Amino acid sequence: MGLMDRHALIEKNATLLLVGSLLVVTVGGIVEIAPLFYLDNTIEKVEGMRPYSPLELAGRNIYVREGCYLCHSQMIRPFRDEVERYGHYSLAAESMYDHPFQWGSKRTGPDLARVGDRYSNSWHVQHLTDPRSVVPESIMPSYAFLKDRPIDVKDFSMHLVANRRVGVPYTHDLVVQANADLMAQANPDADTSGLGSRYPKARVGDFDGNPQQVTEMDALVAYLQMLGTLVDFKNYDEAVGYR
Amino acid sequence: MKFGTEIVLLSLFAFAALVAAGFGVDEAFRQHMWVLFFALVGFNAILMRNTDFKLAAPIDPAAYMDGPIRYGAIATVFWGVVGMLVGVVIALQLAYPHLNIEPWFNFGRLRPLHTSGVIFAFGGNALLCTSLYVVQRTSRARLFGGNLAWFVFWGYQLFIVMAATGYLLGITEGREYAEPEWYVDLWLTIVWVAYLVLFLGTILKRKEPHIYVANWFYLSFIVTIAMLHVVNNLSMPVSLLGSKSYSAFSGVQDALTQWWYGHNAVGFFLTAGFLGMMYYFVPKQANRPVYSYRLSIIHFWALIFLYIWAGPHHLHYTALPDWAQTLGMVFSIMLWMPSWGGMINGLMTLSGAWDKLRTDPIIRMMVAAVAFYGMSTFEGPMMSIKTVNSLSHYTDWTIGHVHSGALGWVGMISFGAIYYMVPKLWNRERLYSLRLVAWHFWLASLGIVVYAAVMWVSGIMQGLMWREYDEQGFLVYTFAETVAAMHPYYVMRAAGGAMYLSGALIMAWNIAMTIFGYQREEDPMPGSIDALQPAE
Repeated sequence: MGLMDRHALIEKNATLLLVGSLLVVTVGGIVEIAPLFYLDNTIEKVEGMRPYSPLELAGRNIYVREGCYLCHSQMIRPFRDEVERYGHYSLAAESMYDHPFQWGSKRTGPDLARVGDRYSNSWHVQHLTDPRSVVPESIMPSYAFLKDRPIDVKDFSMHLVANRRVGVPYTHDLVVQANADLMAQANPDADTSGLGSRYPKARVGDFDGNPQQVTEMDALVAYLQMLGTLVDFKNYDEAVGYR
Repeated sequence: MKFGTEIVLLSLFAFAALVAAGFGVDEAFRQHMWVLFFALVGFNAILMRNTDFKLAAPIDPAAYMDGPIRYGAIATVFWGVVGMLVGVVIALQLAYPHLNIEPWFNFGRLRPLHTSGVIFAFGGNALLCTSLYVVQRTSRARLFGGNLAWFVFWGYQLFIVMAATGYLLGITEGREYAEPEWYVDLWLTIVWVAYLVLFLGTILKRKEPHIYVANWFYLSFIVTIAMLHVVNNLSMPVSLLGSKSYSAFSGVQDALTQWWYGHNAVGFFLTAGFLGMMYYFVPKQANRPVYSYRLSIIHFWALIFLYIWAGPHHLHYTALPDWAQTLGMVFSIMLWMPSWGGMINGLMTLSGAWDKLRTDPIIRMMVAAVAFYGMSTFEGPMMSIKTVNSLSHYTDWTIGHVHSGALGWVGMISFGAIYYMVPKLWNRERLYSLRLVAWHFWLASLGIVVYAAVMWVSGIMQGLMWREYDEQGFLVYTFAETVAAMHPYYVMRAAGGAMYLSGALIMAWNIAMTIFGYQREEDPMPGSIDALQPAE
């Protein structure tokens, strides 16, 4: 009896066919994905990474909500032109707190992995409000409505708790302070010494130019301004980080 | 009483939706629950108008259950037109950004509506209705589980409506092709398990000893999509009364999980499922047996084994470890062979019936579909080579590649199956018009050629402009200049898409007239009547 004849067994037994095909399709995922969770060198050892501040996280949620990832990548590849255009190539460590990841798959617009600190807050607000007023060639939609929307959060600590449940190291202290931190980061007059120690390098200020309220524009600009600014590359050894 | 339980359950769910609309923790969730409430109430009203206190007439257990398939065929055509229309709209938005209407109709919200619309609404309904059509006829058994098929059909439509309205409201997980949020995902899981039970149950009660090859592909598609969907959508909701959730994995692990899912949405949803379609409808329409039984066995097992490994080629040169990238590339290249096994088996089934290409536009459509399948499964492995990918990644070349597969293979084979099934499902002698099918074929084919060719040019040009240096060693182009250079191609791409859409509209007209029972009076297709014999 040849191999092909034996196949008739599977063809006559639906359970065998079901179990057989399920087994066959699980192999690839187990071999490729599972090791990423336990191989120590999957994520480089770097200095400076911290979880998002509440305002940055709120901004990131707006970035996800508006589908920015469909046109903007956040993943600089290690090529000469990309490194010159956008900055140091992206490390896995830089998205270790990203639930979900936003590496993107298409560059209809430029990469944003290191857009933080490149432009002023007011440039970002103007660009998001009317993209072609600052970049005539741009085909980006306008996001002027973000300026008029106060941030829709009753209790932002819930977001930190949800992140903690999936592994982001938000301590009890950070969760308790979440609402206060969110408001303080967008208020230039607030006492932000606590915020600065909880979230080193967090940019503070009135991002959208409207001190009356904390809007979605504040949050999104705060997020854009911190992208790619955390890791200290002076102390990063490429040879050790290579996987 | 007819629909008694259904009406009670729907009322309860509608009430729950109303409560959630009142107490939701975020604005988008409350709006979404209002949408759900009105959808359930509307559907319930339809059921109530059709209820009856008399006992339902007994069902002939030997007869095929074609009601959900008829609805599915209509849903396929409807969602196809909707999804392609949104595609043309977003193509135009890229050429003319003033067409964005914030916040609901910005590109970033409409693009998932287009991709989910064509993949899950159009493609999903095509798979659902053809799989139920094929499994009954090749098993000689009525669908398993009584009204389960109706639950699967309507449950799936509810998933589509909730996913689509969610995108416009800004409810998304931010994972390509898996955008719906956690509660919509949970609902789809229930519907999908019901679909698996329905399909497997029908196979188990078959009267044929062998399970036909089309059903292997359908079955592996259903079970693999269940696995991919559940794992990729693992996430932690912020609140049980809120729309937002955070994915279980982060960064690099999340990226590979997503593209393991993403590439196999292509491999199993858009390939294995549609190969099942090919294995039934091409032999039927050509009236020829499948070319090679051995080839079908080999390429089936090879295809489903290899496809799962190909995900990392979406992450070449990213922060994914190199070993995973290389593994993904090697398996992607190997995948070329089983893919072409399917193409050869489909094309060679026409041996001895090639003359039908001249006279039967439905066969022409199916053959073009298989040919496009062969082309894009060659292009795919080529683009998965890291050197090629360094140029093609992030550019329109990828978009072009996807569309030659989606428009050429998935679209055309579905159109062929719909044209085959509809007259039989409604007991019509023939389609309303074969000449309109020929029009559809040419509009669709030309549309694809325009689309794919334009995207090749724009994608490669974009990739080369990004990396172009002058003799002093400076980058030649700013990013904004490369955006401006894309404009003419985006206009042409929209034109190609519009041609494809107009073909689909012609199909909608043709199918509607066929269902209403009309037959267009027209000359037969050229060549279908023997030429006049000269006098002796």
